[in-house]
Amino acid sequence: MEKCFDGMTVLLPGFVNCGVSETLIDGLMQKGIKDLKVISNNTSIKGQGIGRLVHDNRIKHITCSHIGNNTETVEKVVANEINITFVPQGSLCEKTRAGGAGIGGILTPTGVGTPMQDGKQLLEWDEEAGQYKFVSADDPIKGKRFILELPLHGDVCFIHAWKADKMGNVVYHRTARNFNEPFATAADWVICEAEEIVEVGELDPDIINTPGALVDMVVQARKVEG
Amino acid sequence: MDAKEFIAKRTAKFFKDGDLVNLGIGMPTKCMAYINPDYEVWFQSENGVIGMTGAPKEGDVIDPDIVDAGGAPTGIRNGGCCFSSFTSFGYIRGGHVDYTVLGAYEVDQNGNLANWMIPGKAAAGMGGAMDLVTGAKCTIVMTLHCDKTGKSKIVRETKLPLTGVGVVDYVVTEKCVFHFTKEGMVLEELAPGETVEGILAITPCDIIVPETVKSMED
Repeated sequence: MEKCFDGMTVLLPGFVNCGVSETLIDGLMQKGIKDLKVISNNTSIKGQGIGRLVHDNRIKHITCSHIGNNTETVEKVVANEINITFVPQGSLCEKTRAGGAGIGGILTPTGVGTPMQDGKQLLEWDEEAGQYKFVSADDPIKGKRFILELPLHGDVCFIHAWKADKMGNVVYHRTARNFNEPFATAADWVICEAEEIVEVGELDPDIINTPGALVDMVVQARKVEG
Repeated sequence: MDAKEFIAKRTAKFFKDGDLVNLGIGMPTKCMAYINPDYEVWFQSENGVIGMTGAPKEGDVIDPDIVDAGGAPTGIRNGGCCFSSFTSFGYIRGGHVDYTVLGAYEVDQNGNLANWMIPGKAAAGMGGAMDLVTGAKCTIVMTLHCDKTGKSKIVRETKLPLTGVGVVDYVVTEKCVFHFTKEGMVLEELAPGETVEGILAITPCDIIVPETVKSMED
């Protein structure tokens, strides 16, 4: 937790309660880290995972696609206790991928003509010129439009692995892979909690989902009551 | 038959052998019960799986690492596979999903869909809906025809924040099926007991009525 600080941007993968780093969130809770800027897909359910950070008012701002599974997050957003930026789930993936892959932004058709284009740069394909041009939302539509979504990058990312070796090579399990794989690329410091830690060489190189080169630390995950 | 089950039964008839289908949470998941048993239909869930089965039955072993788009336990059939959210949305936006099936607050006659936010009310967020309706080959909206006050959910022009512009291909209600085409919104099928006049009377849109309107049960 020495790399964690008040006000940091933290990437917290997981889909509702699946593939969430409960053990590392324990660490944030215990150390009293606050004013977090969270990037996640959602906020788990009330009282679990990211929901614990919500309950204890540790989150200042959250970038996510959905909070419907956690009524407490909805209440705190309505009460202006948490600032929220909604991003379509696929755009969230691509924004973090861009942040982790050295790409300056991505063009997506998702959200064109919806509130998702507000305040963002809009590009339209000009068939004749063979290039994109910037347009405003009110211009007459002459070609296919895309939103320019900017990269997302964080200070720290907590990933949850099924198995990891001592070098940090990671294998995820079933749908617990979800945002762990893209988010692991997009932070300065990546900590992995693993259900099982194995010796280097025990994992087949072909099945590794996140290479150890991207992972800075591996810790043992605690058992989570289902 | 319960109205929602009837809508699910009709919607399931769209799916053909080998199709890849994404069912939204809530009413759309009911479609799974009505798939033609001669067909292999593959269910995709945006959290990273193709080959998703339904909710676990009594006695099934529950794996907490296998969840559906609502975070509820599900299973993976033989031949299924898992991947990251990033890969999953690549498949979705890339046009590899045949059908996406969702609910709606409103659909308008131009095929605009509003299903994620009502101004003044707390929004849960759009989740994967905007990507799904943008990328899937065919978007089907399943909805009760009218809201609790009796007002049609299929409207002339929706003022709600949109999920997608002109993205809806079909709307299936307990009363009828609308097909959104280049020519406009076509009344394609009627539920037993419904009439063309009855649908036109409750649905405030410009509706194309073909010479023959089929039954939803054919």
